[in-house]
Amino acid sequence: MHSFLKSGKLGEAGSSNSPTSGSAKKRLKKLQWVEKYRPKTVEDVVEQKDVVAVLKECISGADLPNMLFYGPPGTGKTSTILAAAHQLFGDLYKDRILELNASDERGIQVIRDKIKTFSQLTVCSARADGNPCPALKIIILDEADAMTQAAQAALRRTMEKETKTTRFCLLCNYVSRIIEPLTSRCTKFRFKPLNQSFILERLQAICKQEKVLVAENILNVLVQESGGDMRRAITALQSCANLQGKNSHITLENVYEVLTVVPEKWVANFLDLCRKRTDIKQIIQFINELEQQAYPTHKIFEQLNVLLIESDTISEPLKAEIGEYLAESSFRSTCSRADFTHLLDFAVHTQEILTVDPEARKWEQQENAKCTIIQGLV
Amino acid sequence: MSMLWVDKYRPKELSALDYHIQQAEELKNLVEHSDFPHLLVYGPSGAGKKTRIMCILKELFGPGVERLKMEPITVTTPSNKKVEIMTVNSNYHIEINPSDVGIYDRVVVMDLIKNIAQTQQIGMTGNQRDFKVVLLTEVDNLTKDAQHALRRTMEKYSANCRLILCATSLSPVIPAIQSRCLPIRVAAPSVSEIATILQSTCEKEDLELRPELAEQIATAVNGNLRRALLICEVYKMEHGDLSEQVGEPLPIPEPDWKVFVVQTASLITSEQSIENLMAVRERLYELLSNGIPPEIVLKELLTALLMKCDKHIIPQVLREAALYEYRMTQGNKHIVHLEAFVTKFMCLYQRHLKSLMQGF
Ligand SMILES: Nc1ncnc2c1ncn2[C@@H]1O[C@H](COP(=O)(O)OP(=O)(O)O)[C@@H](O)[C@H]1O
Ligand SMILES: [Mg+2]
Repeated sequence: MHSFLKSGKLGEAGSSNSPTSGSAKKRLKKLQWVEKYRPKTVEDVVEQKDVVAVLKECISGADLPNMLFYGPPGTGKTSTILAAAHQLFGDLYKDRILELNASDERGIQVIRDKIKTFSQLTVCSARADGNPCPALKIIILDEADAMTQAAQAALRRTMEKETKTTRFCLLCNYVSRIIEPLTSRCTKFRFKPLNQSFILERLQAICKQEKVLVAENILNVLVQESGGDMRRAITALQSCANLQGKNSHITLENVYEVLTVVPEKWVANFLDLCRKRTDIKQIIQFINELEQQAYPTHKIFEQLNVLLIESDTISEPLKAEIGEYLAESSFRSTCSRADFTHLLDFAVHTQEILTVDPEARKWEQQENAKCTIIQGLV
Repeated sequence: MSMLWVDKYRPKELSALDYHIQQAEELKNLVEHSDFPHLLVYGPSGAGKKTRIMCILKELFGPGVERLKMEPITVTTPSNKKVEIMTVNSNYHIEINPSDVGIYDRVVVMDLIKNIAQTQQIGMTGNQRDFKVVLLTEVDNLTKDAQHALRRTMEKYSANCRLILCATSLSPVIPAIQSRCLPIRVAAPSVSEIATILQSTCEKEDLELRPELAEQIATAVNGNLRRALLICEVYKMEHGDLSEQVGEPLPIPEPDWKVFVVQTASLITSEQSIENLMAVRERLYELLSNGIPPEIVLKELLTALLMKCDKHIIPQVLREAALYEYRMTQGNKHIVHLEAFVTKFMCLYQRHLKSLMQGF
């Protein structure tokens, strides 16, 4: 985060418009399906009814508020505001929109200078094609939760001062990371994870257009595993199609690989191993074999969690206890390459929880906690 | 000088790969049908990631990628310090291990990618690719700072630069990078796959390898094909013959450092005292200074200790190991945390011994 601040030099701010990135964008447009199938109008945006209703009003003349969109990735935040901006401004789009995302420099300096300069430009209320449009400019701050607190604070003033000519639209995943004075100046819209049926429908349309061969049930799995993230679903579909080549069907294995899903049998075996008292050697052997398969550890934990929650043989209090340890192990494991250590630790603890009487466990833990001195030391 | 088998018989084409054949075919499709995406290739060491990557490069650019040069490059940091890093490159790609330069990895990676992206490939005849590949190894060792910088760069320069990232573990790779790459999982080959490869390698050498030995080696190496081939070749040099068993069945040698770790574990359980802790410290230092990564030292030490301790203290030992492992990633003096773990282990171990004696 600090790098935003440190390198927030003004001179560099425009560099994202350099020719390289321009041609990169053009290229991507041609090739990446996420870009190709981005909604062109707000009507195309599925699921997010509230925001679409408000934006439709604005497009037909109502005043545009400052807005804050928040919600998980791939739910249409960026697409919605871009589509709305296109509809509002048509050909004038380029002059009226300033889009900054986490890849751009957004330190205090940039907020103060670049945004200020842009918002102070005066604009008129007619488009080249004669249609009216609001005499406004929109500044889109994508991935706003990656901005430093200081930069956000600097934004507060600007937002207030330029309210006559400029609207702000902040997009983020976590609304809690946006300072209160900013959120209170915006109309907030929550973007829900997309319903699977909507994603499925969209993917089916893309398959038809791009001539992708895929069976219904496999497409269903793909949708399920994308967890309501449309971007993930579309990217996965394209990757599968590319791996499979022309004229052959996407397989279940394709889908699992590109979404790094751990096969059910490994996860089930993992939990089964924890249900009975086994020798430590056996557990080590299992974790070693699992590690050789190279499944991502965060995925293993994620899927174990689902299996655990769904289990009807483990009591609720024990589930809670295991769940807590799972969260801890999973967090620690994202910090290092020592997947083995953390998986083994989790396996053995789960086994303890599932096989040892709670009272005995508590006693053992207390005894162990007392133990901090080597004899030689005293 | 003759080449080692591992190098001599390294497959050079996707179609020549001996295992994960399905994946190899898919990679061929990918090269053929798509605008090539960034790749994130991951899997345990010795599973064949690098071989696969080189095959992909050849599929992309042709035999030109095999003409390799070693070249150091020098990068100046913002604080005017000059850092040098070794690269391996061809006309089409450049490979570096950014963790060679520690905390300067961000500067080096940025500099390299920018340079490549700005020198547009013109007149590359014989193939229609208009991008170069930057191959970064050990990306699981990249600092977070470097990873965040990469995320931006990956999109910005994607027109004439593709990244192939290589890692043993995905855990330390930030989600933003993972989601920008096509993940390519390279699992370790199975025991029977390794045995088959040993057999076919020996065939090419005009040697006869008895199946039991192939099996024995394949089982001992934990999926590490490179080690299997090395062991097999050492056997051949030491015993001349692989076809018949003479005398006792030969033990598969463990790497020296692993033996050293197991000895260290014995030292720890033999006596729990300050003097002994000092002796253990020396040994830990020695392992680290020989370039064994700290998390591997902890893993192997832990495994060896678990073999020696009572099942009553195992959960607690593991809990401590996980905790110190985590702290090790947060601090930058690894030895401190390794030592702290050993101390904690000694306490637990000693207390348990005592409670056993009191029980009598
Ligand atoms: N509600 C939606 N309706 C239609 N398409 C969507 C929706 N949400 C996401 N998408 C698709 O997913 C991709 C990523 O969406 P985007 O708006 O960039 O998500 P984010 O919320 O992360 O900004 C777009 O290409 C778009 O095609
Ligand atoms: Mg977005």
